[in-house]
Amino acid sequence: MWFRYSASHVRDPLKEAEEDLELFRKRMLSPPMEGAAGPTGTWRIMKPVIHEDKCVKCGMCWLYCPENVVSWEPGRVPSIDMTYCKGCGVCASVCPRKAIEMVVEEV
Amino acid sequence: MSVSLPQLVKSPRKGVMPGNPACMGCPHTIGLKIVGRVLGDRAVLVVPAGCTSIIVGYGGKESLDMSFVHVPFASAAAVAAGLAAAFERKGLSDRIVIAWMGDGGGADIGFATLSGAAIRNDNIIAIVSDNEAYMNTGIQASSTTPWKARTTTSPVIGKTEEKKDLATIMLMHKVPYVATASVGYPLDFAAKLKRAAEIKGFRFIHLHSPCPTGWRFDASKTVEMAKLAVETGAWILWEYNRGRFEISPPSKPFADPSKRKPLKDYIMAQGRFSHLKDEDIEFIARKIEENWRIVRMLEKIFSS
Repeated sequence: MWFRYSASHVRDPLKEAEEDLELFRKRMLSPPMEGAAGPTGTWRIMKPVIHEDKCVKCGMCWLYCPENVVSWEPGRVPSIDMTYCKGCGVCASVCPRKAIEMVVEEV
Repeated sequence: MSVSLPQLVKSPRKGVMPGNPACMGCPHTIGLKIVGRVLGDRAVLVVPAGCTSIIVGYGGKESLDMSFVHVPFASAAAVAAGLAAAFERKGLSDRIVIAWMGDGGGADIGFATLSGAAIRNDNIIAIVSDNEAYMNTGIQASSTTPWKARTTTSPVIGKTEEKKDLATIMLMHKVPYVATASVGYPLDFAAKLKRAAEIKGFRFIHLHSPCPTGWRFDASKTVEMAKLAVETGAWILWEYNRGRFEISPPSKPFADPSKRKPLKDYIMAQGRFSHLKDEDIEFIARKIEENWRIVRMLEKIFSS
């Protein structure tokens, strides 16, 4: 069928169909997972730092984060997942109190 | 009906997974996040070639938290119409099929199928995430690229043709729901999406998505630029819902030209417009005023 190239062996259509379904699940269907492009935190040049004393817990950084790495609940200070944060700085630019500062990333 | 932040937080679906291949400061992922948060399990995305077909991941792992179908370029709305019909036949009519396209897939290459689906009033939501060029293949000009914008196929003096007003064209297809939205106003977009989800038939949302890579501005300014487009009047947020047309609340104050921010702030912040002279900006301002005139007239016509 799809992935078969040799016709030399004896064919069992039922078994082949099962195998193909397995292969289809494995190769053609992709489940939602973190890190589809690897640890994208390595792209980062500038790193966001949250100043908790200035934060008013409005959730704007959570709403606008293109990468969805900011985790926040109403009434809490947000936190940022640094494994995947690309350091674009959108959170710092939308923060109404300028509580997020972009600093140079040091490795 | 409006959407609040806590409602979006409580949603079971994340919309976009961290660690996706999108550029830094990508506007599409902001839009897709809202789609996933608002529609959750009910959403089925049909996506033609474009940035989003890259953002979803290149195999093995999917970076969107929704069902996703890759389709050839011109066929997104047609495939979505077929899926919607199949869902209806199978008794899964709570599923919402979304044809999520870029401006290439919506306004240029896929326009025939989009128009066809609109005329047949197929039960789908078509969202065109408009970043005003073919960003995925290297910033070639599309029919929604604005006048004078520099791209790789319109270098030096910029594009000589006008921007296509896709949302008004779709409105004239006499479909039940047409709206424009912006990634700068996600709650407005979420509310529009929620209203659209309750209607049966063809629904169209034109989402304005400033692209840092193609428009040549800093990645941190994506949202700032989207907001500036609305605040200078260059992008007008409006909504047509079964016979009623109205300018959306974020855009309402800017119907009055004196309340708008200077257009130069928005134009000159983008590298693709850096060659523009003052008279060009004045010319663009006149065109914007013309767009406002059309929108105000439409509001008057559909006010009853």
